[in-house]
Amino acid sequence: MYDVILIAVIALVTAVTRFLPFLIFGGKRKTPALILYLGKVLPCAILGMLVIYCLKDISVSSFPFGLPELLGVGAVALLHIWKRNNLISIGGGTVLYMILVQFVF
Amino acid sequence: MNRKALKAIFLDTVPVLTGYLFMGMGFGVLLAEQTGHGILWSMAMAITVFAGSAQYLAVGLLAEHASILSVAVATFLLNARHIFYGISLIDTYKGTGWKKPYLIFSLTDETYSLVTQTRTPEGLSRHRYCFLVSLLNHSYWIIGCGLGSLLQSAVHINFQGVEFVLTALFVTMFVDQLLTHKNHIPAVIGVAATALCLVVFGKDVFLIPSMLLIAVLLVATKKYNGGIENV
Repeated sequence: MYDVILIAVIALVTAVTRFLPFLIFGGKRKTPALILYLGKVLPCAILGMLVIYCLKDISVSSFPFGLPELLGVGAVALLHIWKRNNLISIGGGTVLYMILVQFVF
Repeated sequence: MNRKALKAIFLDTVPVLTGYLFMGMGFGVLLAEQTGHGILWSMAMAITVFAGSAQYLAVGLLAEHASILSVAVATFLLNARHIFYGISLIDTYKGTGWKKPYLIFSLTDETYSLVTQTRTPEGLSRHRYCFLVSLLNHSYWIIGCGLGSLLQSAVHINFQGVEFVLTALFVTMFVDQLLTHKNHIPAVIGVAATALCLVVFGKDVFLIPSMLLIAVLLVATKKYNGGIENV
């Protein structure tokens, strides 16, 4: 029973974090201008944040100094600027990263 | 809806499919090892919670019988970033009718990075695209979590490093944003503020200070970013 309640709480609280902004700003009323502005500029900033978030566990002071991650991210970015094809960029970068962590470092 | 549009949506979500299958399987295996719960539990959690980091956290909390209040607080802090996703989608998700509750419920990091793209496949409304992406991603996650419970220790192949697929997805979407927008101030703010907070606050608690700093800096640089008039 404890397990069911605990999972229900996690599901409920997670849903609250998702619904909160829509409950506050989403009604029939006009969306405040500042929120519209944030809505326009946030995606760029948030994606930058998520990239850093994914790299939070690398250690720059001990081997391999985050090299697999940096090379992987660099490969994805370069492939994407070059080809503009999601699957090539993501697939290429991930395969390179897997080779690096399994065989090189 | 034509086949071409369907194919385009599927191709957009293939990286999520890869990432969610492996991350979901990891979750199913971990849940079984730590709590003894099988496929019904892992799939029920995938359906109702649908948040990778919260589910991984839940495994530890279930195993140590944490108090309900501490579970609620930890989940809220871990998922507070969803509030920011919602703020930037209030307009996009206006007028989506019956699809709206599901669109909001299923808003993960990966779904967010896809639905905030500027382009939509031809022959498809933006709302329909967002809905199908959300539904596909949710299905991938449910399948991944279920598979993990079924396979458990049968998974021997070395997939080490495959989780990088989700990092690669965010990098790709980030580069897309950089290439489509002339103004790079928000992107620089996102990266710099998060990196700064990571160094200052450490990797366990930096996400919330990062989001606050990003919001403050975006508001402060409003007139350089086209202001509210250009929205």
